Amino acid sequence: MPKLTEIKKVLVIGSGPIVIGQAAEFDYAGTQACLALKEEGIEVVLVNNNPATIMTDENIADHVYLEPLTLESISQIIEKEKPDGLLPTLGGQTGLNLAMALTEAGVLAQHKVALLGTPLDTIEKGEDRELFKSMMKQINEPIAESLSVESIADAVAFARQIGYPIIVRPAYTLGGAGGGIANNQSELERIVKNGLQQSPIDQVLIEQSVKGWKEIEYEVMRDANDTCVIICNMENLDPVGVHTGDSIVVAPTQTLTDQQHQMLRSSSIKVIRELGVIGGCNIQFALNPDSDEYIIIEVNPRVSRSSALASKATGYPIARIAAKLALGYHLDEVLNPITGDTYASFEPAIDYIALKIPRWPFDKFYQADRTLGTQMKATGEVMALARNFPAALNKAIRSLEIGLTSLQLPGVEKLSDTALNQALGEPTDQRLFVLAEAFRRGYSVAIIQKITGITKYFLDQIKWLIDFELNLAKQTWSEINANQLSQIKKYAVSNKRLAELFNVEEEIVQTKWDERNIRASYKMVDTCAAEFSADTPYFYSSWYEDDEVEPLVGDKRVIVLGSGPIRIGQGVEFDYCSVHAALALKHQGIEAIVINNNPETVSTDYSTADHLYFEPLNAEDVMQVVEKEQAIGVLVQFGGQTAIHLADDLVKAGVNVIGTDLELIDKTEDRALFYQLLQQLNIPHIPGDAVMSIGDAKETAKQIGYPILIRPSYVIGGQGMLVIQSEKELEQYVANLSKQTPSSRLFPLLIDQFVEGIEVEVDAVCDGEDLIIPGIFEHIEPAGVHSGDSVAVFPARSLSKQEKETITQYTQKIAQALKVKGMLNIQFVLSPDRETIYVLEVNPRASRTVPIVSKVTGVKMVELAVRVQMGEHLRDQGWALGLHQDIPFYAVKMPIFSSNKLPGVDPLLSPEMKSTGEAIGLGKTVEEALAKAFGWKGESLLPVTAGKGLFLSLSTIDDKLVHALKHTKVALSATPDTADQLAEYGVNVAHVLTVEEAIKAIENEQFNLICDNQSTAIREQGLVNGAVVLSYPETLIAYLTALDYRDMDIATLASYRAETNALTSISRNLPLL
Amino acid sequence: MNDQNAYLVLNTGDVLKGKWLSKPIEQEGELVFNTAMTGYQEVMTDPSYAGQIVALTYPLIGNYGCNDLVKESIYTALAGLVISTPCNDPEHYHSDYSLVDFVDRANIPALYDIDTRALTKIIRTYGEVYGKISTKPDDYPKQERVNPLVVETVSVNKMEYYQANGTVNHHVVVFDYGHKQSIVDALRSVGCDVTIVPFHTTLDTILELDPDAVVFSNGPGDPASLSDYLPTVKAVAEMYPSLGICLGHQLIALAFGAETTRLPYGHRGSNHPVKDLTTGKVMITSQNHGYVVKDSTINQNDWEISHLNVNDQSVEGLKHKFMPIQTIQFHPEAHPGPVDTHYIFEDFIQSLSIKGEKQHA
Repeated sequence: MPKLTEIKKVLVIGSGPIVIGQAAEFDYAGTQACLALKEEGIEVVLVNNNPATIMTDENIADHVYLEPLTLESISQIIEKEKPDGLLPTLGGQTGLNLAMALTEAGVLAQHKVALLGTPLDTIEKGEDRELFKSMMKQINEPIAESLSVESIADAVAFARQIGYPIIVRPAYTLGGAGGGIANNQSELERIVKNGLQQSPIDQVLIEQSVKGWKEIEYEVMRDANDTCVIICNMENLDPVGVHTGDSIVVAPTQTLTDQQHQMLRSSSIKVIRELGVIGGCNIQFALNPDSDEYIIIEVNPRVSRSSALASKATGYPIARIAAKLALGYHLDEVLNPITGDTYASFEPAIDYIALKIPRWPFDKFYQADRTLGTQMKATGEVMALARNFPAALNKAIRSLEIGLTSLQLPGVEKLSDTALNQALGEPTDQRLFVLAEAFRRGYSVAIIQKITGITKYFLDQIKWLIDFELNLAKQTWSEINANQLSQIKKYAVSNKRLAELFNVEEEIVQTKWDERNIRASYKMVDTCAAEFSADTPYFYSSWYEDDEVEPLVGDKRVIVLGSGPIRIGQGVEFDYCSVHAALALKHQGIEAIVINNNPETVSTDYSTADHLYFEPLNAEDVMQVVEKEQAIGVLVQFGGQTAIHLADDLVKAGVNVIGTDLELIDKTEDRALFYQLLQQLNIPHIPGDAVMSIGDAKETAKQIGYPILIRPSYVIGGQGMLVIQSEKELEQYVANLSKQTPSSRLFPLLIDQFVEGIEVEVDAVCDGEDLIIPGIFEHIEPAGVHSGDSVAVFPARSLSKQEKETITQYTQKIAQALKVKGMLNIQFVLSPDRETIYVLEVNPRASRTVPIVSKVTGVKMVELAVRVQMGEHLRDQGWALGLHQDIPFYAVKMPIFSSNKLPGVDPLLSPEMKSTGEAIGLGKTVEEALAKAFGWKGESLLPVTAGKGLFLSLSTIDDKLVHALKHTKVALSATPDTADQLAEYGVNVAHVLTVEEAIKAIENEQFNLICDNQSTAIREQGLVNGAVVLSYPETLIAYLTALDYRDMDIATLASYRAETNALTSISRNLPLL
Repeated sequence: MNDQNAYLVLNTGDVLKGKWLSKPIEQEGELVFNTAMTGYQEVMTDPSYAGQIVALTYPLIGNYGCNDLVKESIYTALAGLVISTPCNDPEHYHSDYSLVDFVDRANIPALYDIDTRALTKIIRTYGEVYGKISTKPDDYPKQERVNPLVVETVSVNKMEYYQANGTVNHHVVVFDYGHKQSIVDALRSVGCDVTIVPFHTTLDTILELDPDAVVFSNGPGDPASLSDYLPTVKAVAEMYPSLGICLGHQLIALAFGAETTRLPYGHRGSNHPVKDLTTGKVMITSQNHGYVVKDSTINQNDWEISHLNVNDQSVEGLKHKFMPIQTIQFHPEAHPGPVDTHYIFEDFIQSLSIKGEKQHA
């Protein structure tokens, strides 16, 4: 059937800011789908308030709304745009929930908007456990015994019938939030209570546990003609019990017979047919390892994290095809874009193994509970492609960037056997390394299988790798023979690992391959195991095999390093920058080669670069590609810290790292050099010093004066950074730190005066002479809060002309001194008296805020940076130089936290970053922009009224807060201390509650809003009970401003910007990206 | 299995180095590749691979072991197996022995540590490739064409009889050109007693057996080399409701005047999309064939093309317009592969029931 002719304009709902359980995979899916729709001549209207995405670029959709993902806002958009259809299955759970809300509110019917793709009742059948259960019973497909309950008593009663362990799954929550496995009644009661609170419909599913069975997933597609195909099946290493998002997963399945595969395949097709899905669907099975018994765990009738993984694992672009199917096409009418002459109605055959390892945030949240269960905790993931399992595992571990080169996690060797056994029994992010250690200690596969429930095949493979390394290490490096060399690389053991094993230099290791002139060979991902010819530029390395990658023909080839897995502090914004860097190269007629290993992203879409290498971002792996491609250089400014950190090794290896000089980069990272530079330039920096002992620390602190900001020197980002108020706290800090840190690395500690002033931030593009600053961000919270976690307003609202000039001057001086070519990010703090502007930090690379600045000002910063790096001048780019005039509207960047997914993580803002994503609010006024930013989704901007009031517990109160409280009608409660302080200002508190009383009241959901900087318990309870929890009075004031604002208007990004371009663009229009 | 080098020497001049998975056995054959990611034992026991050296494109083979239950025939007819990485210590509740044990018991040559993707590309490029599994890198194959007598090596010598599972509704004769056991199993599952007869069985013998229907089975080799038997095929098909599968489909087409030709490099795998032109539906099928019926040679007065391959538009099924004869190029019996088209058996048997009496054309 040709496409539906009546559909000419389609609304696509994005998934919004990145949170655990809903991440960059939806940028990838959404971007693909929007482009697929446009390809069909459809006018695409997009709403998504995640500014860091490619999806919200203006060439991806015809009308881009960076507006709140709420019923009100989307209703307004529908009213204005009058789309013919709505495609809801691309925006994750958020998109589905909104589509349901729009239907229920009658908005779609009123405006005659057709729901495209999978019908709504299908979505409901997939989501509503009871409907799903009865449907499965009808078609005779097995599911776990279960019951949906709305009370703890009902849960306990049902548990008595079916016995423990029992799984609790809250309805309609992201990433299974609020769920868990209960082994007894008290655990059940606790989990159910939490689950009911997390579920928007106060419902949880109580389910028979099939813990220990194999967890298998199928990605299925179906068209309107009822043709069904399986794109990919996947097997979780971790048996049922660990959320699939937290599991190590391989594709295809490794341990299922053909008959079992066909059994689950047939079941998948039966289910997708019964559901009536049009598009993609994910089905999760549990398979008894001792029989063919299986149950269906879950069905997701939409694109998902797994479908992104399946797309990257096979090359089959699920979201793109799903969009075509939603328009009415049949699978056999859509070309497989990979081969170009076969059709989408086939099942990919792959001739490699894909392995995914989740990336967890426990390196930042070391206080969080590391146990993995039904609630997802990972922020991102890496995938590795290889011709065998050990190679895939080695590559994936390297890709994680957790400082490991192999299965050896430093520290596990110190565990006692008892501790090791316990660690084996408990799924955590570290269990993979724990079981490697067990093998090193001689544990048998049988024993480990018994403890972990992991299928023998995978354990055998891991043990094989351990034994291989142990055997190698019995020799010296010079004794290793040619046969061993080939095995080493076939199994992707890195030179770094070999250097560790043999205690030799990495360079010496490499010479053995250099002498033999042996390099990595590369294979193509083609969806068909080479059955058909394909020219997909998507490759992975295999060693000692035929290299099938044809070199690019152009005379200039440049490599863009991606940013690896999404983690706290390095999110989708760096993928945005990498993608734009690749596109910018292409615009200049330079061939772009991308290296990255994150399966969720647009940068690893086969159509982004001229050549895509799905490889670890390690010097050795990157060097192989550089040599293979004979690239003229490598761009390192766009892939976050990942890419910057590689620069050193690449330069040492003789690679042309394009852009700012490495020595000059060092000047920004080495504190002594940095301060020396600032002094030379006559730019103030905050007084501080590096200290080598606790005595020195106390002395320096005394000189500078408390409060001080302290951090260990060996970490990057804000990890371990703290504001210290007194000598006693300082002693405590050092004591705590020494518990987690080997004493050799404890010092130097960096101590700075803590200046709690207004923080501002600029992103600039420089060419060594000139620079462009599209604008300045002003943070709502004072310095001391990580810039990634502060609410930020663009353009800065309170800077004087003089202050802006100073900031521009400083930026210019630094850019010239460092001879920056490309991107530069500088953070400043204004002293409380506003006499001094200190430079806090200089990052000679693209920053988190680059996508926002680029979008709201129209200055395509990455494109400019790449042009400059390739030799063009800024003054020729058609933009005004220097600091641009303020845009005539406001953008507010709102950090979004996933704290409720991570028990044990305190939502208190600190110098250490905690947010996982960001939302944007645009408005004609700051107030409007704040209202949209705080109200980024339904129920994120809760009113504070009687019975659902505001609870305050703050160490100090100031005029501004008092003013805001007086101005807003709030039902106010506070701790006795806070109430006393408020009373001094003449503010009455309705209820004065002790911490204990407050916690009770929070449990009874008496507060919608909590602002606390004194009690972890209060903050955590607030999160559990769904209140908005803030920890800075400045944020509270902004929240109250937002709450006060009415009359929100929606508008496209282009219409906000209509006047802006005239202000800053001189003549030439840059090509649209 | 050992660490000794072994070679796959091709008539294209390419020599691929690997290691012996089996004991060193030197053998020649036609090179083909199969892209299925599961079902290696089904592939190895499929008689249609007789005379062929089969390369499996999926690199990790043997992970779930082997057993005595999965058997498409009592012999392992293939000339050789070529894989990338074997699993030596498999675990599955159905597994009785490993892949190495399997090839040793079957006494077939098998190589591992071969770059099977590179090999696949060679086969894809040249189409018809012959090779030799050897201990020597310069031991080129002598074979230049497909063995015309290959069917003889896999067909039964004398009749075999199987009872239906449950109620008996029909008696079906299967002409055996190298049939897969799953075809028999599929017929038995839909209430058929099955008599398997040698490929050279005469019309008189069939008349004596007096079946309700006849199935012409799959099998190896070039259908044109069986031209001597086409008159019998035609006569039988005209007398009994008939179903042709794979080679059987090609023979019926040839018997009724169509021609067959070699596909560039065959269809072998579990992921081939086929469109049923009657319903417009697309199904995923299991396939294993190197020859194909030329659509331009089909007598369209008597025959309609019932199924087409979505990717290369080649003929996947034929239906006689006036007589109850249906033929399909793919494998509805699966094993390995999807069971999407199992309904072909059900429909075929159903058509016998509806008619209520024997259909003599």
